[in-house]
Amino acid sequence: MIQLTEEQKKRRRSRSIAIAWALVAMAVMFFVVTIVRLGANVVNRPF
Amino acid sequence: MSDTGLDISRSGFDASPAVGAGGVGDYLALMKPRVMSLVVFTGFVGLVAAPGAMHPVLALAALICIAVGAGAAGALNMWYDADIDAKMQRTAGRPIPRGRISPDEALTFGAILSVGSVVCMGLLVNWLAAALLALTIGFYLFVYTMWLKRRTPQNIVIGGVAGALPPMIGWAAASGTVSLEGFVLFLIIFLWTPPHFWALALNRARDYERVGVPMLPVVAGADATRRQILIYSVLLAPVGLSPAFIGLGGTLYAITSGLLGALFVALACIVYTRREGKAGERAAQRLFSFSILYLLLLFAVLLIEHAFGGLLAWTA
Repeated sequence: MIQLTEEQKKRRRSRSIAIAWALVAMAVMFFVVTIVRLGANVVNRPF
Repeated sequence: MSDTGLDISRSGFDASPAVGAGGVGDYLALMKPRVMSLVVFTGFVGLVAAPGAMHPVLALAALICIAVGAGAAGALNMWYDADIDAKMQRTAGRPIPRGRISPDEALTFGAILSVGSVVCMGLLVNWLAAALLALTIGFYLFVYTMWLKRRTPQNIVIGGVAGALPPMIGWAAASGTVSLEGFVLFLIIFLWTPPHFWALALNRARDYERVGVPMLPVVAGADATRRQILIYSVLLAPVGLSPAFIGLGGTLYAITSGLLGALFVALACIVYTRREGKAGERAAQRLFSFSILYLLLLFAVLLIEHAFGGLLAWTA
């Protein structure tokens, strides 16, 4: 089993945080673009 | 120019870094941020210069996709070229040769970002822009990096297609079409690439020779390279001016591109005539530095004219 050094653990943590932020940013971007594209129609949906 | 017939197979990069040794900064470096910034800038100009208004959010999404796609192409290039990068002074400090990121990690990172950027461009903006982005990444990796770079001195001429496409991607993102104006922006960068890279290669010929990359100065010699630089510079100057004649650039652009084009040719003439010693090296270095300024200013003026053109007309 590979034993990570403290420095490697720190870098892994920073990588994980960066990936998390990238995923959040992507989700927000898809949400905002959806709103922009649909405009007022976003509330018009069949019930 | 024909293929050199040099058989330079990849020797394989066998440094074995600890997997997961790279930090966020190493992954950013893997994306070639300086190249990426130029790609994003030219893509942005294409986007702004295109007809029709694009919603700022969609424009931002398009630029992010272009940036990530360019970064992905850079990462895949570093993955494939790790063996020669390790032997060249200019590239030895890159994350893979330094042992911070393993080749497999770079490949995975580049592949995921490539697919992700193209799919996001298609879903968020339009599929024409996504197709052009995919073409750019594919051309850079398969045609330039894998096929041409180690086989022919025309590597950067044909490979220049990849670097020239971003304005067309921006144009397609904004207008949903490709047009003559977008093609002219493509042509400017395409003709700019050879004198830009050969001016750099003139002073780094030994580096390229050592790793077996058949750059023009290595294969055809410095004098032939200087002649080619001058030919491409003479071709570039009128093409750089052409946006003014098709309504893409205004008066400011015509004046700027005319002056810069003349200066480009003048510096290429100096490179052609000063062939020996430090004076020759300085001439090539000066042309290389100026070529970056040339492209930046040309596109910056287009950006100013299109972004503020309406405002200037309104205040006049």
